[in-house]
Amino acid sequence: MAIDQPMIELVLDSLACQRGGRPVFEGLSVRVKAGHLLYLKGANGCGKSTLLRILGGLLAPSSGTVSYDGTVLQQHDIPFSAYALYLGHQNALKPIWTLRQNCDALCRIMTGRDAPVERLLETAEHFDLSRLLDQPVRYFSSGQKHRAALMRFGLIDRPVWLMDEPTVGLDSKNRDALAGLMEKKLASGGIILAATHDPVAAAGTDFDVSAFAPASDNSGPFSSAFLEDWA
Amino acid sequence: MNASFAIMISVIMRDVRLGWSQGGTGTMSLSFFFIAVTLFPFGVGPEPQVLTRIAPGVIWVVALLACLLSLDRLYQADYEDGSLDDLALSPAGLLPVVIAKILAHWISTSLPLVLLSPLLGLLMNLPAEGYVQLVLSLAIGTLALSFIGSIGAALTVAMRRGGVLLSLLVLPLYIPSLIFGVTGIDAAIMGLDVLPHTALLSAITLVAVVLGPIASASAIRLALE
Repeated sequence: MAIDQPMIELVLDSLACQRGGRPVFEGLSVRVKAGHLLYLKGANGCGKSTLLRILGGLLAPSSGTVSYDGTVLQQHDIPFSAYALYLGHQNALKPIWTLRQNCDALCRIMTGRDAPVERLLETAEHFDLSRLLDQPVRYFSSGQKHRAALMRFGLIDRPVWLMDEPTVGLDSKNRDALAGLMEKKLASGGIILAATHDPVAAAGTDFDVSAFAPASDNSGPFSSAFLEDWA
Repeated sequence: MNASFAIMISVIMRDVRLGWSQGGTGTMSLSFFFIAVTLFPFGVGPEPQVLTRIAPGVIWVVALLACLLSLDRLYQADYEDGSLDDLALSPAGLLPVVIAKILAHWISTSLPLVLLSPLLGLLMNLPAEGYVQLVLSLAIGTLALSFIGSIGAALTVAMRRGGVLLSLLVLPLYIPSLIFGVTGIDAAIMGLDVLPHTALLSAITLVAVVLGPIASASAIRLALE
Protein backbone atom coordinates (compact mmCIF):
# COMPACT_ATOMS: atom_id res chain seq x y z
CA MET A 1 0.00 0.00 0.00
CA ALA A 2 1.35 3.42 -0.95
CA ILE A 3 2.29 5.57 2.01
CA ASP A 4 0.91 8.84 0.62
CA GLN A 5 -2.56 7.38 0.13
CA PRO A 6 -4.99 8.17 2.92
CA MET A 7 -5.62 5.07 4.98
CA ILE A 8 -8.99 3.44 4.40
CA GLU A 9 -11.04 3.76 7.55
CA LEU A 10 -14.33 2.57 8.90
CA VAL A 11 -15.74 5.40 11.00
CA LEU A 12 -18.67 5.03 13.36
CA ASP A 13 -19.80 8.45 14.49
CA SER A 14 -22.00 8.86 17.61
CA LEU A 15 -24.21 5.90 16.77
CA ALA A 16 -27.27 5.36 18.91
CA CYS A 17 -29.74 2.53 18.78
CA GLN A 18 -33.05 1.64 20.37
CA ARG A 19 -34.60 -1.81 20.70
CA GLY A 20 -38.27 -1.95 21.61
CA GLY A 21 -38.19 1.67 22.79
CA ARG A 22 -35.25 1.00 25.11
CA PRO A 23 -31.98 2.71 24.27
CA VAL A 24 -29.24 0.08 23.90
CA PHE A 25 -26.26 2.36 23.38
CA GLU A 26 -25.70 5.97 22.46
CA GLY A 27 -22.82 8.18 21.41
CA LEU A 28 -20.85 5.20 20.14
CA SER A 29 -17.90 6.46 18.11
CA VAL A 30 -14.90 4.50 16.93
CA ARG A 31 -12.51 4.52 13.99
CA VAL A 32 -11.10 1.30 12.62
CA LYS A 33 -8.21 1.52 10.19
CA ALA A 34 -7.58 -0.92 7.37
CA GLY A 35 -5.76 -3.99 8.64
CA HIS A 36 -7.20 -3.72 12.14
CA LEU A 37 -9.36 -6.08 14.11
CA LEU A 38 -11.80 -4.84 16.71
CA TYR A 39 -13.11 -7.27 19.32
CA LEU A 40 -16.50 -6.11 20.55
CA LYS A 41 -16.73 -6.92 24.24
CA GLY A 42 -19.26 -6.35 26.94
CA ALA A 43 -21.95 -8.07 28.96
CA ASN A 44 -24.88 -9.89 27.34
CA GLY A 45 -27.42 -7.45 25.99
CA CYS A 46 -25.10 -4.47 25.78
CA GLY A 47 -25.61 -4.24 22.02
CA LYS A 48 -22.75 -6.13 20.36
CA SER A 49 -25.00 -8.02 17.96
CA THR A 50 -27.15 -4.92 17.44
CA LEU A 51 -24.07 -2.95 16.45
CA LEU A 52 -23.05 -5.64 13.96
CA ARG A 53 -26.55 -5.71 12.47
CA ILE A 54 -26.45 -1.92 12.07
CA LEU A 55 -23.11 -2.18 10.29
CA GLY A 56 -24.42 -5.00 8.16
CA GLY A 57 -27.25 -2.75 7.01
CA LEU A 58 -30.00 -4.87 8.54
CA LEU A 59 -30.95 -2.37 11.21
CA ALA A 60 -31.17 1.40 11.08
CA PRO A 61 -29.44 3.34 13.88
CA SER A 62 -31.70 5.88 15.61
CA SER A 63 -28.95 8.47 15.12
CA GLY A 64 -25.35 8.73 14.03
CA THR A 65 -23.55 7.75 10.84
CA VAL A 66 -21.30 5.02 9.52
CA SER A 67 -18.77 5.84 6.86
CA TYR A 68 -16.31 3.72 4.99
CA ASP A 69 -13.39 5.20 3.06
CA GLY A 70 -14.82 8.71 3.47
CA THR A 71 -18.28 7.83 2.13
CA VAL A 72 -21.23 8.05 4.50
CA LEU A 73 -23.33 4.94 4.17
CA GLN A 74 -27.01 5.49 4.54
CA GLN A 75 -29.29 2.59 4.79
CA HIS A 76 -31.05 1.74 1.49
CA ASP A 77 -29.00 4.40 -0.30
CA ILE A 78 -25.42 3.19 -0.37
CA PRO A 79 -25.93 -0.16 1.26
CA PHE A 80 -23.27 -1.26 3.68
CA SER A 81 -23.66 -4.72 2.21
CA ALA A 82 -21.51 -3.59 -0.71
CA TYR A 83 -18.57 -3.41 1.70
CA ALA A 84 -19.34 -5.83 4.48
CA LEU A 85 -19.83 -9.53 4.87
CA TYR A 86 -21.98 -10.46 7.85
CA LEU A 87 -22.43 -13.72 9.70
CA GLY A 88 -24.95 -13.78 12.53
CA HIS A 89 -25.93 -16.44 15.02
CA GLN A 90 -27.73 -18.53 12.44
CA ASN A 91 -25.68 -20.48 9.95
CA ALA A 92 -27.89 -19.78 6.90
CA LEU A 93 -27.41 -23.31 5.52
CA LYS A 94 -30.10 -25.34 3.79
CA PRO A 95 -30.04 -28.76 5.50
CA ILE A 96 -31.13 -30.72 2.42
CA TRP A 97 -28.34 -29.31 0.25
CA THR A 98 -24.75 -30.45 0.23
CA LEU A 99 -22.05 -28.12 1.47
CA ARG A 100 -20.97 -27.44 -2.11
CA GLN A 101 -24.53 -26.53 -3.14
CA ASN A 102 -24.87 -24.27 -0.11
CA CYS A 103 -21.64 -22.45 -0.93
CA ASP A 104 -22.62 -22.05 -4.58
CA ALA A 105 -26.06 -20.72 -3.61
CA LEU A 106 -24.53 -18.18 -1.22
CA CYS A 107 -21.97 -17.01 -3.78
CA ARG A 108 -24.69 -16.63 -6.39
CA ILE A 109 -26.74 -14.46 -4.04
CA MET A 110 -23.72 -12.33 -3.19
CA THR A 111 -21.95 -12.13 -6.54
CA GLY A 112 -24.24 -13.68 -9.18
CA ARG A 113 -21.74 -16.49 -9.86
CA ASP A 114 -20.89 -19.92 -8.49
CA ALA A 115 -18.11 -20.24 -5.96
CA PRO A 116 -14.78 -20.52 -7.82
CA VAL A 117 -13.84 -24.20 -7.54
CA GLU A 118 -10.24 -23.77 -6.41
CA ARG A 119 -11.26 -21.26 -3.74
CA LEU A 120 -14.04 -23.54 -2.57
CA LEU A 121 -11.61 -26.45 -2.22
CA GLU A 122 -9.02 -24.27 -0.52
CA THR A 123 -11.50 -22.84 1.99
CA ALA A 124 -13.00 -26.26 2.69
CA GLU A 125 -9.49 -27.60 3.29
CA HIS A 126 -8.77 -24.68 5.59
CA PHE A 127 -11.72 -25.56 7.82
CA ASP A 128 -11.09 -29.30 7.44
CA LEU A 129 -14.36 -29.88 5.56
CA SER A 130 -13.01 -31.26 2.27
CA ARG A 131 -14.35 -34.73 3.01
CA LEU A 132 -17.82 -33.35 3.66
CA LEU A 133 -18.12 -31.13 0.60
CA ASP A 134 -20.67 -33.41 -1.06
CA GLN A 135 -22.54 -34.42 2.09
CA PRO A 136 -25.95 -32.92 2.83
CA VAL A 137 -25.57 -30.38 5.63
CA ARG A 138 -28.24 -32.01 7.78
CA TYR A 139 -25.79 -34.80 8.65
CA PHE A 140 -23.26 -32.29 9.99
CA SER A 141 -22.55 -31.83 13.69
CA SER A 142 -23.19 -28.35 15.07
CA GLY A 143 -19.47 -27.56 15.01
CA GLN A 144 -19.21 -28.67 11.40
CA LYS A 145 -22.25 -26.55 10.52
CA HIS A 146 -20.65 -23.56 12.15
CA ARG A 147 -17.42 -24.09 10.22
CA ALA A 148 -19.46 -24.50 7.03
CA ALA A 149 -21.07 -21.12 7.76
CA LEU A 150 -17.65 -19.56 8.39
CA MET A 151 -16.53 -20.69 4.93
CA ARG A 152 -18.26 -17.64 3.46
CA PHE A 153 -15.39 -15.49 4.68
CA GLY A 154 -13.04 -17.45 2.44
CA LEU A 155 -15.37 -17.45 -0.54
CA ILE A 156 -16.59 -13.88 -0.93
CA ASP A 157 -14.40 -10.79 -1.18
CA ARG A 158 -15.62 -7.89 0.90
CA PRO A 159 -13.27 -5.47 2.71
CA VAL A 160 -15.12 -5.55 6.04
CA TRP A 161 -15.99 -8.68 8.00
CA LEU A 162 -18.70 -8.60 10.65
CA MET A 163 -18.56 -11.73 12.78
CA ASP A 164 -21.06 -12.42 15.53
CA GLU A 165 -19.66 -15.02 17.95
CA PRO A 166 -17.41 -16.65 15.35
CA THR A 167 -15.79 -19.06 17.79
CA VAL A 168 -18.88 -20.68 19.30
CA GLY A 169 -18.61 -24.46 19.09
CA LEU A 170 -15.14 -24.48 17.54
CA ASP A 171 -12.41 -26.74 18.89
CA SER A 172 -8.94 -25.28 19.41
CA LYS A 173 -7.62 -26.54 16.06
CA ASN A 174 -10.41 -24.86 14.12
CA ARG A 175 -10.17 -21.77 16.28
CA ASP A 176 -6.56 -21.50 15.06
CA ALA A 177 -7.73 -22.08 11.47
CA LEU A 178 -10.18 -19.20 11.89
CA ALA A 179 -7.51 -16.99 13.41
CA GLY A 180 -5.25 -17.81 10.45
CA LEU A 181 -7.95 -16.74 8.00
CA MET A 182 -8.54 -13.54 9.97
CA GLU A 183 -4.83 -12.69 10.05
CA LYS A 184 -4.58 -13.21 6.31
CA LYS A 185 -7.52 -10.83 5.84
CA LEU A 186 -5.94 -8.19 8.08
CA ALA A 187 -2.61 -8.49 6.29
CA SER A 188 -4.36 -7.76 2.99
CA GLY A 189 -5.85 -4.55 4.43
CA GLY A 190 -9.24 -5.81 5.54
CA ILE A 191 -11.19 -4.67 8.57
CA ILE A 192 -12.76 -7.15 11.00
CA LEU A 193 -15.27 -6.52 13.75
CA ALA A 194 -15.93 -9.57 15.86
CA ALA A 195 -18.24 -9.89 18.83
CA THR A 196 -16.85 -12.62 21.02
CA HIS A 197 -16.40 -13.71 24.59
CA ASP A 198 -13.57 -16.14 23.84
CA PRO A 199 -10.05 -15.07 23.10
CA VAL A 200 -9.01 -15.65 19.47
CA ALA A 201 -5.37 -15.96 18.49
CA ALA A 202 -5.58 -13.10 15.97
CA ALA A 203 -4.25 -9.86 17.44
CA GLY A 204 -6.81 -7.11 17.85
CA THR A 205 -8.02 -4.27 19.99
CA ASP A 206 -10.75 -4.73 22.58
CA PHE A 207 -13.68 -2.36 22.37
CA ASP A 208 -16.17 -2.29 25.23
CA VAL A 209 -19.67 -1.69 23.85
CA SER A 210 -21.22 -1.58 27.33
CA ALA A 211 -19.31 1.66 28.01
CA PHE A 212 -21.82 3.36 25.73
CA ALA A 213 -24.89 2.18 27.62
CA PRO A 214 -27.21 5.11 28.35
CA ALA A 215 -26.56 6.71 31.72
CA SER A 216 -30.02 5.87 33.00
CA ASP A 217 -33.00 4.03 31.61
CA ASN A 218 -35.30 7.01 32.14
CA SER A 219 -35.65 7.78 28.47
CA GLY A 220 -37.62 4.60 27.77
CA PRO A 221 -41.40 4.62 27.43
CA PHE A 222 -41.72 3.29 30.97
CA SER A 223 -39.30 5.29 33.05
CA SER A 224 -38.02 3.70 36.21
CA ALA A 225 -39.83 6.38 38.25
CA PHE A 226 -43.04 5.31 36.58
CA LEU A 227 -42.37 1.67 37.35
CA GLU A 228 -41.53 2.49 40.97
CA ASP A 229 -44.93 4.13 41.34
CA TRP A 230 -46.48 0.84 40.47
CA ALA A 231 -44.27 -1.23 42.70
CA MET B 1 -27.57 -4.07 -13.64
CA ASN B 2 -26.28 -7.25 -15.23
CA ALA B 3 -25.06 -8.51 -11.88
CA SER B 4 -28.47 -7.76 -10.33
CA PHE B 5 -30.15 -9.67 -13.11
CA ALA B 6 -27.81 -12.62 -12.64
CA ILE B 7 -28.58 -12.57 -8.91
CA MET B 8 -32.33 -12.49 -9.57
CA ILE B 9 -32.04 -15.50 -11.88
CA SER B 10 -29.95 -17.29 -9.23
CA VAL B 11 -32.55 -16.61 -6.56
CA ILE B 12 -35.33 -17.89 -8.81
CA MET B 13 -33.38 -21.08 -9.54
CA ARG B 14 -32.47 -21.51 -5.88
CA ASP B 15 -36.08 -21.22 -4.74
CA VAL B 16 -37.50 -23.43 -7.50
CA ARG B 17 -34.93 -26.09 -6.61
CA LEU B 18 -35.79 -25.82 -2.94
CA GLY B 19 -39.50 -25.88 -3.77
CA TRP B 20 -39.19 -29.13 -5.66
CA SER B 21 -36.71 -30.82 -3.37
CA GLN B 22 -37.63 -33.14 -0.54
CA GLY B 23 -40.18 -31.52 1.76
CA GLY B 24 -40.59 -28.59 -0.62
CA THR B 25 -43.84 -26.79 -1.27
CA GLY B 26 -44.11 -27.56 -4.99
CA THR B 27 -45.07 -31.22 -4.73
CA MET B 28 -47.25 -30.50 -1.72
CA SER B 29 -49.39 -27.83 -3.43
CA LEU B 30 -49.76 -29.86 -6.58
CA SER B 31 -50.94 -32.98 -4.74
CA PHE B 32 -53.28 -30.89 -2.61
CA PHE B 33 -54.77 -29.32 -5.74
CA PHE B 34 -55.29 -32.70 -7.34
CA ILE B 35 -56.76 -34.43 -4.30
CA ALA B 36 -59.00 -31.56 -3.19
CA VAL B 37 -60.60 -31.20 -6.65
CA THR B 38 -61.05 -34.97 -6.84
CA LEU B 39 -63.06 -34.83 -3.61
CA PHE B 40 -65.84 -32.73 -5.14
CA PRO B 41 -67.39 -35.37 -7.44
CA PHE B 42 -67.54 -37.65 -4.38
CA GLY B 43 -69.06 -34.95 -2.23
CA VAL B 44 -71.69 -33.45 -4.54
CA GLY B 45 -72.49 -36.60 -6.49
CA PRO B 46 -71.58 -37.57 -10.03
CA GLU B 47 -74.39 -35.76 -11.92
CA PRO B 48 -72.63 -34.26 -14.97
CA GLN B 49 -74.77 -31.10 -15.00
CA VAL B 50 -73.99 -30.27 -11.39
CA LEU B 51 -70.26 -30.81 -11.92
CA THR B 52 -70.29 -28.71 -15.09
CA ARG B 53 -72.02 -25.89 -13.22
CA ILE B 54 -69.51 -25.81 -10.36
CA ALA B 55 -66.33 -26.82 -12.24
CA PRO B 56 -64.80 -23.34 -12.83
CA GLY B 57 -65.49 -22.21 -9.27
CA VAL B 58 -64.19 -25.40 -7.67
CA ILE B 59 -60.98 -25.46 -9.67
CA TRP B 60 -60.34 -21.78 -8.99
CA VAL B 61 -61.06 -21.97 -5.24
CA VAL B 62 -58.89 -25.04 -4.80
CA ALA B 63 -56.07 -23.45 -6.83
CA LEU B 64 -56.33 -20.44 -4.53
CA LEU B 65 -56.13 -22.61 -1.41
CA ALA B 66 -53.21 -24.58 -2.84
CA CYS B 67 -51.37 -21.32 -3.39
CA LEU B 68 -52.16 -20.20 0.15
CA LEU B 69 -50.91 -23.51 1.54
CA SER B 70 -47.39 -22.86 0.29
CA LEU B 71 -47.28 -19.13 1.04
CA ASP B 72 -46.33 -19.26 4.71
CA ARG B 73 -43.00 -20.91 3.84
CA LEU B 74 -42.20 -18.28 1.20
CA TYR B 75 -40.03 -16.20 3.51
CA GLN B 76 -40.29 -18.11 6.78
CA ALA B 77 -37.98 -20.96 5.79
CA ASP B 78 -35.24 -18.47 4.95
CA TYR B 79 -36.01 -16.40 8.04
CA GLU B 80 -35.62 -19.40 10.33
CA ASP B 81 -32.24 -20.54 9.04
CA GLY B 82 -30.84 -17.01 8.70
CA SER B 83 -30.49 -16.97 4.92
CA LEU B 84 -33.03 -14.14 4.72
CA ASP B 85 -30.27 -11.96 6.20
CA ASP B 86 -28.04 -12.92 3.29
CA LEU B 87 -30.80 -12.33 0.76
CA ALA B 88 -31.48 -8.88 2.25
CA LEU B 89 -27.76 -8.05 2.05
CA SER B 90 -27.37 -9.16 -1.54
CA PRO B 91 -25.83 -6.42 -3.72
CA ALA B 92 -28.90 -6.66 -5.97
CA GLY B 93 -30.96 -5.12 -3.15
CA LEU B 94 -33.93 -6.57 -1.30
CA LEU B 95 -36.59 -5.48 -3.82
CA PRO B 96 -35.24 -7.45 -6.83
CA VAL B 97 -34.63 -10.41 -4.52
CA VAL B 98 -38.24 -10.27 -3.33
CA ILE B 99 -39.51 -10.10 -6.94
CA ALA B 100 -37.34 -13.11 -7.76
CA LYS B 101 -38.64 -15.05 -4.77
CA ILE B 102 -42.27 -14.34 -5.69
CA LEU B 103 -41.69 -15.39 -9.31
CA ALA B 104 -39.98 -18.55 -8.03
CA HIS B 105 -43.01 -19.24 -5.84
CA TRP B 106 -45.26 -18.87 -8.86
CA ILE B 107 -43.07 -21.09 -11.03
CA SER B 108 -42.69 -23.83 -8.44
CA THR B 109 -46.25 -23.97 -7.06
CA SER B 110 -48.72 -22.28 -9.42
CA LEU B 111 -47.33 -23.08 -12.85
CA PRO B 112 -47.57 -26.89 -12.43
CA LEU B 113 -51.08 -26.35 -11.14
CA VAL B 114 -52.01 -24.29 -14.21
CA LEU B 115 -50.61 -27.01 -16.47
CA LEU B 116 -52.50 -29.74 -14.60
CA SER B 117 -55.83 -27.86 -14.57
CA PRO B 118 -57.16 -29.22 -17.94
CA LEU B 119 -56.93 -32.72 -16.49
CA LEU B 120 -59.03 -31.65 -13.53
CA GLY B 121 -61.41 -29.85 -15.91
CA LEU B 122 -61.97 -33.24 -17.50
CA LEU B 123 -62.65 -34.76 -14.12
CA MET B 124 -65.19 -32.01 -13.35
CA ASN B 125 -66.91 -32.40 -16.74
CA LEU B 126 -65.93 -28.92 -17.90
CA PRO B 127 -67.36 -28.20 -21.38
CA ALA B 128 -64.80 -28.13 -24.18
CA GLU B 129 -65.24 -24.38 -24.75
CA GLY B 130 -63.96 -23.61 -21.25
CA TYR B 131 -60.47 -25.17 -21.36
CA VAL B 132 -58.52 -22.40 -23.03
CA GLN B 133 -59.98 -19.78 -20.72
CA LEU B 134 -59.44 -22.04 -17.68
CA VAL B 135 -55.71 -22.26 -18.36
CA LEU B 136 -55.44 -18.61 -19.37
CA SER B 137 -57.33 -17.24 -16.36
CA LEU B 138 -55.42 -19.46 -13.94
CA ALA B 139 -52.10 -18.44 -15.50
CA ILE B 140 -52.88 -14.74 -15.15
CA GLY B 141 -54.76 -15.01 -11.86
CA THR B 142 -52.30 -17.17 -9.91
CA LEU B 143 -49.61 -14.58 -10.61
CA ALA B 144 -51.71 -12.07 -8.67
CA LEU B 145 -52.23 -14.67 -5.92
CA SER B 146 -48.46 -15.06 -5.48
CA PHE B 147 -47.75 -11.32 -5.53
CA ILE B 148 -50.59 -10.41 -3.13
CA GLY B 149 -49.87 -13.40 -0.91
CA SER B 150 -46.25 -12.38 -0.63
CA ILE B 151 -47.32 -9.30 1.35
CA GLY B 152 -49.11 -11.47 3.88
CA ALA B 153 -46.19 -13.90 4.01
CA ALA B 154 -43.75 -11.07 4.63
CA LEU B 155 -45.93 -9.56 7.37
CA THR B 156 -46.21 -12.87 9.23
CA VAL B 157 -42.63 -14.03 8.65
CA ALA B 158 -41.54 -13.66 12.27
CA MET B 159 -44.59 -15.41 13.73
CA ARG B 160 -44.46 -19.02 14.86
CA ARG B 161 -48.04 -19.82 13.85
CA GLY B 162 -48.51 -17.22 11.18
CA GLY B 163 -50.43 -19.46 8.76
CA VAL B 164 -53.92 -18.71 10.03
CA LEU B 165 -53.32 -14.98 10.28
CA LEU B 166 -51.83 -15.10 6.80
CA SER B 167 -55.07 -16.64 5.46
CA LEU B 168 -57.15 -13.96 7.18
CA LEU B 169 -54.98 -11.21 5.72
CA VAL B 170 -54.75 -12.56 2.21
CA LEU B 171 -58.02 -14.36 1.39
CA PRO B 172 -60.20 -11.20 1.25
CA LEU B 173 -57.71 -9.71 -1.21
CA TYR B 174 -58.08 -12.76 -3.44
CA ILE B 175 -61.82 -12.21 -3.99
CA PRO B 176 -61.55 -9.91 -7.07
CA SER B 177 -59.18 -12.31 -8.86
CA LEU B 178 -61.48 -15.22 -8.02
CA ILE B 179 -64.59 -13.42 -9.33
CA PHE B 180 -63.12 -12.37 -12.66
CA GLY B 181 -61.30 -15.66 -13.11
CA VAL B 182 -64.47 -17.71 -12.70
CA THR B 183 -66.81 -15.38 -14.62
CA GLY B 184 -64.34 -15.45 -17.53
CA ILE B 185 -64.56 -19.23 -17.73
CA ASP B 186 -68.36 -19.10 -17.43
CA ALA B 187 -68.48 -16.57 -20.27
CA ALA B 188 -66.33 -18.81 -22.45
CA ILE B 189 -68.62 -21.79 -21.77
CA MET B 190 -71.70 -19.72 -22.68
CA GLY B 191 -69.99 -18.48 -25.83
CA LEU B 192 -69.80 -14.84 -24.67
CA ASP B 193 -66.92 -12.38 -25.00
CA VAL B 194 -64.16 -13.25 -22.50
CA LEU B 195 -62.11 -10.10 -23.08
CA PRO B 196 -63.69 -7.90 -20.34
CA HIS B 197 -63.15 -10.58 -17.69
CA THR B 198 -59.60 -11.31 -18.82
CA ALA B 199 -58.77 -7.61 -18.99
CA LEU B 200 -60.03 -6.99 -15.45
CA LEU B 201 -58.20 -10.07 -14.17
CA SER B 202 -55.01 -8.84 -15.83
CA ALA B 203 -55.51 -5.38 -14.34
CA ILE B 204 -55.66 -6.85 -10.83
CA THR B 205 -52.53 -8.87 -11.57
CA LEU B 206 -50.68 -5.79 -12.80
CA VAL B 207 -51.54 -3.82 -9.67
CA ALA B 208 -50.41 -6.76 -7.52
CA VAL B 209 -47.15 -7.08 -9.46
CA VAL B 210 -46.36 -3.41 -8.79
CA LEU B 211 -47.46 -3.14 -5.16
CA GLY B 212 -46.67 -6.65 -3.87
CA PRO B 213 -42.86 -6.53 -3.97
CA ILE B 214 -42.66 -3.00 -2.51
CA ALA B 215 -44.93 -3.87 0.42
CA SER B 216 -43.22 -7.23 0.95
CA ALA B 217 -39.73 -5.73 0.99
CA SER B 218 -40.79 -3.13 3.58
CA ALA B 219 -42.39 -5.80 5.75
CA ILE B 220 -39.26 -7.98 5.56
CA ARG B 221 -37.05 -5.05 6.56
CA LEU B 222 -39.24 -4.57 9.63
CA ALA B 223 -39.04 -8.26 10.47
CA LEU B 224 -35.24 -8.31 10.22
CA GLU B 225 -34.78 -5.33 12.56
